[in-house]
Amino acid sequence: MTDTPPFPVYPHRHLLGIKGLSPLDIEMLLDRADDAVAISRQPEKKSTRLRARTQINLFYEASTRTQSSFELAGKRMGADVMNMSVASSSTKKGETLLDTAVTLNAMRPDILIIRHAAAGAAALLAQKVGCSVVNAGDGAHEHPTQALLDALTIRRARGRIDRLTVTICGDVLHSRVARSNIVLLNAMGARVRVAAPSTLLPAGIERMGVEVFTRMEDALKGADVVMMLRLQRERMAGSFVPSVREYFRYFGLDAQKLKLAKEDALVMHPGPMNRGVEIASEVADGPQSVIQEQVEMGVAVRMAVMDALLDPRRNGSQAPA
Amino acid sequence: MSATLFQNARILDPSRGLDEAGSVLVVGGKIAASGASAHNQGAPEGAKIVDCRGAAILPGLVDARVFIGEPGAEHRETIASASRAAAAGGVTSIIMMPDTQPVIDDVALVEFVLRTARETASINVFPAAAITKELAGRELSEFGLLRDAGAVALTDGRHTIASALTMRRALTYARDMGLVVCHSTQDPDLASSGVMNEGLLASWLGLPGIPREAEAMPLARDLMLAALTGGHYHAAEVSTAMSAAAIGRAKQEGHSVTAGVSINHLSLNENDVGEYRTFFRLSPPLRAEEDRLAMVEALRDGTLDMIVSSHDPQDVDTKRLPFAEAAAGAIGLETLLSAALRLHHSGDVPLLRLVEALSTAPAKRFGLPGGTLTPGVSADLILVDLDVPWLVREADIRSLSKNTCFEGARMQGQVLKTLVAGRTVFAI
Repeated sequence: MTDTPPFPVYPHRHLLGIKGLSPLDIEMLLDRADDAVAISRQPEKKSTRLRARTQINLFYEASTRTQSSFELAGKRMGADVMNMSVASSSTKKGETLLDTAVTLNAMRPDILIIRHAAAGAAALLAQKVGCSVVNAGDGAHEHPTQALLDALTIRRARGRIDRLTVTICGDVLHSRVARSNIVLLNAMGARVRVAAPSTLLPAGIERMGVEVFTRMEDALKGADVVMMLRLQRERMAGSFVPSVREYFRYFGLDAQKLKLAKEDALVMHPGPMNRGVEIASEVADGPQSVIQEQVEMGVAVRMAVMDALLDPRRNGSQAPA
Repeated sequence: MSATLFQNARILDPSRGLDEAGSVLVVGGKIAASGASAHNQGAPEGAKIVDCRGAAILPGLVDARVFIGEPGAEHRETIASASRAAAAGGVTSIIMMPDTQPVIDDVALVEFVLRTARETASINVFPAAAITKELAGRELSEFGLLRDAGAVALTDGRHTIASALTMRRALTYARDMGLVVCHSTQDPDLASSGVMNEGLLASWLGLPGIPREAEAMPLARDLMLAALTGGHYHAAEVSTAMSAAAIGRAKQEGHSVTAGVSINHLSLNENDVGEYRTFFRLSPPLRAEEDRLAMVEALRDGTLDMIVSSHDPQDVDTKRLPFAEAAAGAIGLETLLSAALRLHHSGDVPLLRLVEALSTAPAKRFGLPGGTLTPGVSADLILVDLDVPWLVREADIRSLSKNTCFEGARMQGQVLKTLVAGRTVFAI
């Protein structure tokens, strides 16, 4: 990246969700992320753009990959990164999210990354702190950096997002990844389909800007991108679907089902994968899979997001609450 | 005996279908005369004369669903603070829910509430006793002894009794004791971890939803049990069109069934939740606009008998949390009348019907004094300017907890004076 970036100023103080971003905001973040990919591919993977800035990762839900991705992104941008293991410390002593937020705020961080099991937790935190907040996943609400990295992966592979048909398969009901992706893909002009058993679809899904399928084969026909969602173990044994084998039979992505999509359709998964549950290994490791690229793009997107939020041309990053 | 004549008022007394210009004469804490006839009688010698300048006189409001933190959570609300809030809102009688710590499921607790109210409250506080011990939904509490101690109704407060058998026995036994069983229904299995109305809005917010059927199914069961037992049943707080329809059918069949609706469900809908505003997390949850309209219509036509505040003080420790972790409930005593008057000003519900639902109907259903301006009764009445505009501001709230759904709301119509047994307990 150059010292004076050619990018427009990011107009928001936080990144709490894809909802609220304009297509221009999204384009700009993706453009910045393209630049960040270049940094990560240099032998010397370091920028100084966030030098002396303090980044705190506040993960109330354990997540090795997302937390490492944010940590690495911050370090590559030159920030000082601190990981708060809240899942194991103060929350056990009964401290509330807001009390923790106020305490952390007093340490004067520049950016807080939060993951929390409750929808709306990131927005609540953002009301109480003086720094920028990035939502790294709040309950079943949003996971904006995941949607951005998915978009970046698609755009780099296909050159565009608009007019592509993207099929999202699996546990849409509990998925923040699905919600953020539905919003982003619609904003960028893609045609979005969802495929899942109806027990895993939220109420009103047909009014969320998607085409709804309960037969995966129908949803895959002619798709440019197949985005698989993770199905949590506790939801497979009779509560939402009868069994793993039944789920895999009807909603697992294997080579045979994948043939229904376009020949060069991209296969994506936000990870961690349940091989043999929602996706077969032959597909996950196959030539159409871009799952490893997604991980790489994740670091780039997070570098870009933090860079945009802490852009010195914005006063917002220093503003009080 | 001291006498006061309130003259030049609009007298609204639903118990006699009265809406006329007139006076109210209060002598020795009781209403001696009211209406146009009282005006013609003139003032007795030595009476204090109050010119009401055309303001309305109503029987004091009777609120059948009020949660208070005493005993156990006095930092949220005490009987004294709830009483101050009620007086300011024109509420002269409340039925206090048994969801306290300890639970009001024992004679000693009923006595505690009545004693505390006598010593610290300026309005009438009537305790409701728990249907089941510890509100656990299993063993019946001592209905007869609780009644004799002063409990005016039975309810498990926020809790729904899951067992149909327990409910059947409660209705049967309470019938013998002449007590009404009040129940707020939400099937815990179907509602699951839900925190707001099920629908598109909840789906976008990523919040688990509560379907309308979670309320309507146990309610339908209860209504069948009321028919089976001949017991007196009151649906404490309904929120859906299908609940209102079921209650309408049960009434048509002639069962002893009544129902209440909270002022919140007549005034607000799920969109008010906005971006995770926890003050709008209620139980039952705020529903869609169609449901609100159905509630208003069912109130107007009498299917729903009464309006309650469902006053439920919650404080920062239970509200300043992520939405799904926050407690449900909102305060409402101080805004009950003004919020209800919106339905009068909008032309949705006739004024006399509103006053009936806020006062006469609950008093009648639970056998409480009040709800009328008939000569001879205790002078629980309020003087109201039906039209004066005002703004709800947190700083003015008298409740210890400030979790109102009406912060910043513009209201039209305000209580000027509240009398309990002829004594002024609030005046602007």
